[in-house]
Amino acid sequence: MLTLPVFEWVRPQSLDEALAFFTQAPAESLWIAGGTDAVPNLKHRLHEPKRVISLAGVRELHYVREDDAGMHLGALLTLRELSEHARVRAEYPALAKAASLVASPQIRNMGTLGGNLCLDTRCTYYNQSYFWREALGFCLKKDGTKCHVVPQGKRCVAAHSSDVAPVLIALGAEVEIATPPAQAGGAASLRRIAVDTFFVGDGVHNNVLLPGELVTRLIIPAASRGLSAGYQKLRPRGAIDFPMLSVAAAGRTQAGAFTQLRIVVSALGAKPRVLGQLDALAVGKAADEAQFSAIAAAAYKQCHPLINVPYDHEWRHEMVPVFVKRVLRDAFPKG
Amino acid sequence: MSEPKEPNAPIDAAKSVTEGRRPETVHSDSGRKPEMVVPKGRIMPREDRLAPPAWEGGRSVAPNADGFSTIGKRNRKVEGLAKVTGRAVYADDITLPRMLHAKLLRSIHAHARIVSIDASAALAMPGVHAVITGKDLPVYFGIIPWTEDEQALCETKARYVGDAIAAVAADSELIAEEALRCIRVQYEVLPAVIDIDSALEHPEWQVNEKAETGNISKQVRLEFGAVDAALANSDEVVEGHYWYEGSTHAPIEPHCCVAEFDATGFLTVHSSTQVAHYLHRDLAKVLGLPTQRVRVIQPTVGGAFGGKSEPFSLEFCAAKLAMITGRPVKILYTREEVFYAHRGRHPMRLHYRTGISKDGMLTGTDAKVQIDGGAYSSFGLVTTYYSGQLLGAPYVLPTYRFDSTRVFTNKPCCGPKRGHGSVQPRFAFECQIDKLAERIGMDPIAVRRKNLIGESTRTVNGMRVTSNGFPQCLDAVEKASGWKDKFRRLPYGCGIGVAGSMYISGTNYCIYPNEMPQSAVQLKLDRSGRATVFSGCSDIGQGVDSVLAYIVCEELGLTLRDVRVVAADTDLTPVDLGSYSSRETFMVGNACLDAARHLREKIAATLAERWQCGKGEVVLANGVACCTSEPREKAMTVREAFQLAEAKHGTLGSVGWYQSPKLGGDYRGGTIGASPAYSFTAHVAEVECDPETGQVRVCDIWVAHDCGRALNPVTVEGQMEGSAYMGFAEAILETMEYKAAAPGHAFGLHHGPSLLDYRLPTSLDTPRLHSIIIESVDPEGPYGAKEAGEGPLHPSVPAIANAIHDALGIRCDALPFSPPSVLGMLRIGDARAAWEAARAGFHKTGAR
Repeated sequence: MLTLPVFEWVRPQSLDEALAFFTQAPAESLWIAGGTDAVPNLKHRLHEPKRVISLAGVRELHYVREDDAGMHLGALLTLRELSEHARVRAEYPALAKAASLVASPQIRNMGTLGGNLCLDTRCTYYNQSYFWREALGFCLKKDGTKCHVVPQGKRCVAAHSSDVAPVLIALGAEVEIATPPAQAGGAASLRRIAVDTFFVGDGVHNNVLLPGELVTRLIIPAASRGLSAGYQKLRPRGAIDFPMLSVAAAGRTQAGAFTQLRIVVSALGAKPRVLGQLDALAVGKAADEAQFSAIAAAAYKQCHPLINVPYDHEWRHEMVPVFVKRVLRDAFPKG
Repeated sequence: MSEPKEPNAPIDAAKSVTEGRRPETVHSDSGRKPEMVVPKGRIMPREDRLAPPAWEGGRSVAPNADGFSTIGKRNRKVEGLAKVTGRAVYADDITLPRMLHAKLLRSIHAHARIVSIDASAALAMPGVHAVITGKDLPVYFGIIPWTEDEQALCETKARYVGDAIAAVAADSELIAEEALRCIRVQYEVLPAVIDIDSALEHPEWQVNEKAETGNISKQVRLEFGAVDAALANSDEVVEGHYWYEGSTHAPIEPHCCVAEFDATGFLTVHSSTQVAHYLHRDLAKVLGLPTQRVRVIQPTVGGAFGGKSEPFSLEFCAAKLAMITGRPVKILYTREEVFYAHRGRHPMRLHYRTGISKDGMLTGTDAKVQIDGGAYSSFGLVTTYYSGQLLGAPYVLPTYRFDSTRVFTNKPCCGPKRGHGSVQPRFAFECQIDKLAERIGMDPIAVRRKNLIGESTRTVNGMRVTSNGFPQCLDAVEKASGWKDKFRRLPYGCGIGVAGSMYISGTNYCIYPNEMPQSAVQLKLDRSGRATVFSGCSDIGQGVDSVLAYIVCEELGLTLRDVRVVAADTDLTPVDLGSYSSRETFMVGNACLDAARHLREKIAATLAERWQCGKGEVVLANGVACCTSEPREKAMTVREAFQLAEAKHGTLGSVGWYQSPKLGGDYRGGTIGASPAYSFTAHVAEVECDPETGQVRVCDIWVAHDCGRALNPVTVEGQMEGSAYMGFAEAILETMEYKAAAPGHAFGLHHGPSLLDYRLPTSLDTPRLHSIIIESVDPEGPYGAKEAGEGPLHPSVPAIANAIHDALGIRCDALPFSPPSVLGMLRIGDARAAWEAARAGFHKTGAR
């Protein structure tokens, strides 16, 4: 069996305590929620922290609440809870579906919403053992200087692989981030940004979180109520696999014509891609097969899968329009 | 590689069997190649080799006059409860006092000379006890005695990424791992070859210096009958190029062993192996110990599928480190290391030309096969023969030729995986039949029925066939699948396909030449009413321990809880060659039947004398002994019967052994593929394809398998389902890809040596599997049983390929049938027109 490295394990009981633990040694600490991604990465020596801070005891981040502002989802909800929650399923079935398509039942029992959002990017040259990466000559995401996907590339293109993120972006969700206090004894500060702006195009660290910061909540604003949404995931098997391609869509129609549409495609590069030109392509146009095809054709032009995700990248490119059409049919079944 | 002592089996024309429907000479002398001449100095087999005892009424009948009491019943496996309650002890569950943990240092280059190894820094680390390198274990070994080309640790050069070059024993795995990183290896990187073509193009880049020339591991050319004339006179000839992708066994339990070396110089190795006997021999040889000072124990094994059927680096290294440190040493491979140990399915490139007459009679096949062997020989010599020896079966193929070449490449070594060497040619041949059937406008099941070899016959390459339930297998899958309503009748995207196969129940000779039994059992009866079976046989999950228990219960009237099986411990159990070639049920089953029957005879005689009745009237069943004529008056417990017999005959014990009859064709390699009995299988697969993505969903596979007699239908069905699943997995998902060279990194890295990246189907992906047992009752099997563990895999892949053709009009000639490849084929030419033409052609001829 692969060994775990030696590290200190702490299990705070509150958010404040958790942030304080991190502040003590910000460069050498690692958050861990469900551990379904972090533990294999530790075994592969992709993370080499001195301290691992388990969030399992922070019960205050474990809830589903609704108010006038919208639906509030605690970051430590498990993916299973999210996929089975009656209110989530009623209001945002595409989000429940995305959560239900992560990995396997065992992993959904452990994995969390916040963890899936912050999932480390993936690459066939990166998610490997230390021995394998040594034989490769390492890569610029970890221990090395070269990219094996884009040989002259200076920026890591490891793939964003979260299932929940594309749906959250399509739904216009916001993420709440806790920042540790500037000095000991101070109060943590909270900020909110759109999930759309949470990700950055750098596979080494593909989100805006600074060391010590923590995702505490996802908010689907009241304005998103009633959106028609869908999620489609391309993967080799009926379980376990990370997406080879994922597509989320959310929008509204009136009298059979789009009034609003957002489509998010992922597993392409370090951040999810929000399709452009949809205002021109969709809004005011009929939500029918012909228009779905036109949108799909635009998606094909905008999305360029890379070789660092399993299966032939040209085939995955061809699957972009197929899956865009499928997700549109799911979200707008009446066409 | 030289093969001075390769076994050969000259055999007289069959005396006890009738010739096939179209008798042919095995091969004409004029066409005989040097390869096929029987060399001098042959040391086996002997005419007067051991023969098992003949029992009155044969060995396929029940011992009790009123039929079977245990055999054929849906019984538990004897170890089942221990497994499901977590009590079974696997190798990694063994922890001994003062035990150290060892790890292997592996090559980061696909091909490199080892210039120097400096382990001083590692040895200086606290908690590190010993470091060994190739110099400490220089003796070559190999499962096939004439191709010993491996060392436990590479001494002069590494031949693939992951080849083992040093080992460290330390207080913990973590310390051992850290110590590995402190070992300085100076490599001289050599040019590497990672595919068949580059291996042949660059003989000067020799992977394995034990090869006679370049990168050739083994070449076999065999020809039976006048192939060229037969093909020239055929009404239709189909030419096909096939690619069979490599795959690995992926047992749930990684390789693991624990070695201890005691103060008297006695070595004990507990190992997750399926060949305790061969491991025993090679440990003694490599470590320089007398064989009687070595003990091998096989604990519960968590799956093997052929992947544990030879010795591996870990066993030699753990033993050597135990000898050096005087402390027990455990080595547990990581999943990644299991991929490097490999020995899985050989990738094969097959080029076939096959002929048929208008009325559906197969005429001949010309096959050229190239085999990618990886860095070492393993069973490769045998694999190369298997790539053609079962080619035509289960059909009459009056003429054929195969020309097979196995090459060495800088990759983990291939070896035997479930259906060793014959799954790949089966795929090619069954697809060829499908194409030929389409050419002549005949139903593919009808074509197969036209060419049945039948019972008590001999194939053109000299294989003796006894029982044969293949016609019933075809009937069963045709009916159960609703074939007649579906073939060429389902809507576009949906399809159905058929394929057949025949497989060995054990090979007829031991891997190293000798005339001793291949399987043996010692049986001890106790006056408490308990029986203990001792056998060297290897249960790797398939259930051979249970088979022994069922046989003892059947013969001696015991219930399952009163039988204990002690197996695969070279100190305690008589030699059995191990769990490979689907040999255990047939061979050790026969040995056990004989041992138990000997004791039964004594007990029955004792009771007959006491009850003044005939021996045939004595029944032993379910814990009770009685006389059939007066069952109420003349009855006692089996325990009492044992006590009476013990009082009369002395302590009750017996032995049984199995040795196969002399079998095979009269030519070099003619013993390979020769088996005392053959199983038969037919599959029908039904698929639903998505023409938009190329994704193929296999919905159903109907599996009819002739296992002779099902000793326990549950375990037979388990083997049938597991086999069909494994074939389906190879057809649709599994690949052994290696990273190609690219700027910045070398090639030869396995693309993803983990169970995340090496995609085995999950339960959600698995088709509905319908098992139909066909019982032909073999005259030589124990109660008529034959194998069930490997045969049912073979037709999976071609049946799915043929179903995809029925669904989409494309021919999947290269594995795996992945969405990109299927979609790619749909784009070439007009696949839809081919699909329409296939159905129109079929319906026009009135579905003959």
